[in-house]
Amino acid sequence: MAGRVRGPPTFSTISIRGSVMSDSNIPVVPSNDDVRVDLEAEFKSSNIKEVLDKLDAELIGLVPVKTRIREIAALLLVDRVRRQLALTAETPTLHMCFSGNPGTGKTTVAMRMAQILHRLGYVREGHLVAVTRDDLVGQYIGHTAPKTKEVIKKAMGGVLFIDEAYYLYKPENERDYGQESIEILLQVMENNRDDLVVILAGYKDRMDTFFNSNPGMRSRIAHHVDFPDYSVDELLAIATIMLKQQNYLLSAEAQTVFRDYIARRMKLPHFANGRSVRNALDRARLRQANRLFAAGKSLARRDVMTIEPEDILASRVFRDGQTD
Amino acid sequence: MMTNPGNRVTQGQFSFLPDLTDAQISAQIKYALKNGWAVSVEYTDDPHPRNTYWEMFGNPMFDLKDPAGILLEINSCRKTFPSHYIRVTAFNSTRGVESPTMSFIVNRPKKEPGFGLARQEAEGRNIRYTVHSYATDKPESERY
Repeated sequence: MAGRVRGPPTFSTISIRGSVMSDSNIPVVPSNDDVRVDLEAEFKSSNIKEVLDKLDAELIGLVPVKTRIREIAALLLVDRVRRQLALTAETPTLHMCFSGNPGTGKTTVAMRMAQILHRLGYVREGHLVAVTRDDLVGQYIGHTAPKTKEVIKKAMGGVLFIDEAYYLYKPENERDYGQESIEILLQVMENNRDDLVVILAGYKDRMDTFFNSNPGMRSRIAHHVDFPDYSVDELLAIATIMLKQQNYLLSAEAQTVFRDYIARRMKLPHFANGRSVRNALDRARLRQANRLFAAGKSLARRDVMTIEPEDILASRVFRDGQTD
Repeated sequence: MMTNPGNRVTQGQFSFLPDLTDAQISAQIKYALKNGWAVSVEYTDDPHPRNTYWEMFGNPMFDLKDPAGILLEINSCRKTFPSHYIRVTAFNSTRGVESPTMSFIVNRPKKEPGFGLARQEAEGRNIRYTVHSYATDKPESERY
């Protein structure tokens, strides 16, 4: 009985809104099956629409991820309404696993996820603590437990994001301290479900190996979300948004050239989706600055903002078909 | 003492009130965190009022956002020292302040024997008074 309706504190303060009326507009006791709760009003009051819209607008592509997040948001919303009607018992398990190639937006989505969970009242503070193996695993005996606990305490009330989580488990070294860290995490994921949400992230195949060797971890994670790679068009759209944020723009020809650049770069090794695009743009800005400086004439506002084809064509991807 | 049934040690905040529940402790810690104070957990089995430096249970906790982490630490301290005095201290590190701003007891022994008044004959038939905790007659860690 102890675990009954033991949600985050906000729930007790949410009153059932005006829509809880019978047909004759007389308020009824919530145990009645005919009690109505306005899902729409609930949706509006939670402000998650704003976050979801932002997710749609700012993140290009990632359709399966967005669908999944909408599903999770809907589930939590319905769960919240059910709670008002005294229907559900336990906090749903919200631990997640984001798998996908580098640069597919896992960290960004995790940050949004923290906001969504916060708006819905499933985490109290809504901050994101991003860590890797270094932050969790110690260097000598007895160092790991305090270090992991420290991180967990910092993440309480928010989301703990473990990037490249499979590094925690190193099967080739049976004395590796990573296992200890995993055990503490498992315990916290089970006992402090109300206090924090753990999101693991990493490459798909290696995450699968990780879960196979840690079945306890797999069973405690309810949502596995796959991040697909971006297409050329999506990457171009991402590039446009990135440049817009920095008050730059691609000229019409530069767009075509950059499209070509992305297509060529994708075939080369170590392609990291969004991150590669960002690096390419940074280098293009460098070359643009150099070009403007060399030209040495007076510049219009437009000149300083525009990235021209030659800024991109100078890349080694075009010259010798290598990464730069 | 007639005015303090049960000989409860009264030091720090809320010590004249009934023991705080975990929810109440959380609310207090939340206030401390909201102000950006570092919270730490300390314990002792010497209840003398002038015993200001208690043992630290782990490091002070900086950069926390939520009281749940500190409550976790309090509970593990309670588990380790079920019948010690445990207090929670909030430290304000603002330059020029740099001192504890909150301190309250979150765990105490079931039975607190209290204090006796000791008299010492000094020169010229003067009497010096001091308080003496009955608990400290026993060696450390066997007191409660």
